[in-house]
Amino acid sequence: MTSDLAIDASGLVKSYGAVRVLAGIDLRVRRGTVFGLLGANGAGKTTTVRILSTLARADSGRARVAGFDVVSDQAQVRRRISLTGQDAAVDELQTGDENLRMMGRLSGLSRSQARVRAAALLERFGLVDAGPRRVATYSGGMRRRLDLAACVVAQPAVIFLDEPTTGLDPRSRHAMWELIAELVESGVTVFLTTQYLEEADRLADSVAVIDGGRVVAEGSPAELKQRVTSERLDLTLADAWAFDQVARSLGERALRADASRLTLGVATDGSASQIRGLLDEIDPERRAVSSFAVHAATLEDVFLDLTDATATSRERESARV
Amino acid sequence: MSDLATSTPVGQALTMAGRCLRVSRRQVDALIMSLLLPVLLMVMFVELFGGAIDTGTKYVTYVVPGVILLCAGFGSATTAVSVSQDMTGGLMDRLRSMNVSGKAVLAGHVTASVARTAVSIELVFLVAAVLGFEPSAGPLDWLAVAGVLLAFVIAVSSLAVAIGLLAKSPEAANGFTFFVTFLPYASSGFVPVHTMPSWIQGFALHQPITPITETLRGLLLGTGVGSNPWQALAWCGAVTAISVAVSSVLFQRRIARS
Ligand SMILES: Nc1ncnc2c1ncn2[C@@H]1O[C@H](COP(=O)(O)OP(=O)(O)OP(=O)(O)O)[C@@H](O)[C@H]1O
Ligand SMILES: [Mg+2]
Repeated sequence: MTSDLAIDASGLVKSYGAVRVLAGIDLRVRRGTVFGLLGANGAGKTTTVRILSTLARADSGRARVAGFDVVSDQAQVRRRISLTGQDAAVDELQTGDENLRMMGRLSGLSRSQARVRAAALLERFGLVDAGPRRVATYSGGMRRRLDLAACVVAQPAVIFLDEPTTGLDPRSRHAMWELIAELVESGVTVFLTTQYLEEADRLADSVAVIDGGRVVAEGSPAELKQRVTSERLDLTLADAWAFDQVARSLGERALRADASRLTLGVATDGSASQIRGLLDEIDPERRAVSSFAVHAATLEDVFLDLTDATATSRERESARV
Repeated sequence: MSDLATSTPVGQALTMAGRCLRVSRRQVDALIMSLLLPVLLMVMFVELFGGAIDTGTKYVTYVVPGVILLCAGFGSATTAVSVSQDMTGGLMDRLRSMNVSGKAVLAGHVTASVARTAVSIELVFLVAAVLGFEPSAGPLDWLAVAGVLLAFVIAVSSLAVAIGLLAKSPEAANGFTFFVTFLPYASSGFVPVHTMPSWIQGFALHQPITPITETLRGLLLGTGVGSNPWQALAWCGAVTAISVAVSSVLFQRRIARS
């Protein structure tokens, strides 16, 4: 049943001191797919990656990666995964070639196997000329490519990439995207974190957005984009009773709901006929909705909306306490 | 397809040691320091101070053990700094996610440190010979000298690893090692202890460097060693054991925090 899942995590909770970084995260990633974890700075992306790659332990919850439990079968998991962290993990004073050969040796290749593998990876990652040079002389993009190459030396089944393109210029970013896409063709499962929706859109088969320690949205990029690229109708309701009525009738279709401001957001294509139809449907007596605004959403907006909405609901919760 | 020789912890430690040595050959300033220091120290002590210090023997012969221990102390700074650097980047995470144990990485550092220091020590002997060092040690004595030096260098290197793990930054690690390089001066390494001010004599007589110096000197000059070798080995063993234990705790703390 779980055999087609490369990653299966449920109820992950992690606190650092009084800060609850993850408040119950569930993630499922099918084998051979790319999963994108989106979140703002400090949302807990790195923390999630560290738990799934056995480097940190969750306070509660369970996770299986490549078929093994990250706590009780740590060694088995480690044999099948590889991590490219947010900080570069290559040696500045070694050449690119030496870095890759060292990783090969550490993962159990013989000297000659490691040499062959390093040469093949330098070729594949466009670093043949740079191979004999020290990493200290590399550009940011080359360093990231080498980091990615080092990550696949041991031919892992699951690779974790923590913000693989942060800080790269658009050209280098596109080059990284192509390399990652190629990796997936070879059957690897990729778990990547990013702050860029466009990156998730380009690479990921499925996406989850985390904020406030929880998954606030998940689905395919197309599904997520649908919530965003169409425009959004923001309704302001007359009173709390009307708010409850309309919220109930909208159900899942409500993109955002803010009870304190009596506002609800609904997806729309922006056409007059659609908006008219929608208003008639949810407010046949023309009393509940006091005003509305059409809001042109961008990719950035979904993200901001999702994270903003949970931030306000969190504030309300803590205000109530 | 995997080659068992390198996927074992020992193989991994050797791979890491090879990498440390490759990298330290490229840190030009540290390299010059570690090669030049033995030469400069020997020349300085023998030619500048030697005339003013009466030790009952030729000063070059007297001072060799002291300079050796000093060089080993300086070498440990390199080790502490490179351990500290490895802990700050993303390398440790990647290695751990590949199931390379922290112990293998740290053992690699100790091994590389021992190899580096061995080169410095050979240089000291070479310069000493040029300056007129006349040891009367037989083959067995030399073997014992090598053994004591090995124990000492392992102890200092393990201590350096612990310091590297303790320090919050590579710069701090470098600073900590100052203490290690200070110890030989307050021992019988450079001047006889009885010529020191009385308040420091007690310390000089009971600190680890003095029995080590006396052992080396006794072996090299054939003047008898008494109980010094046992004291020396006990000190080295204790420092190594404590450093390893402390390192393992510090390492766990470091990776748990990050
Ligand atoms: N070792 C730690 N000790 C204390 N707090 C920590 C620790 N690691 C992370 N945190 C806190 O947990 C929160 C989430 O951190 P995390 O690094 O997982 O976020 P992130 O989503 O990766 O952010 P970024 O985009 O900045 O990389 C932050 O508030 C951070 O300060
Ligand atoms: Mg992060």
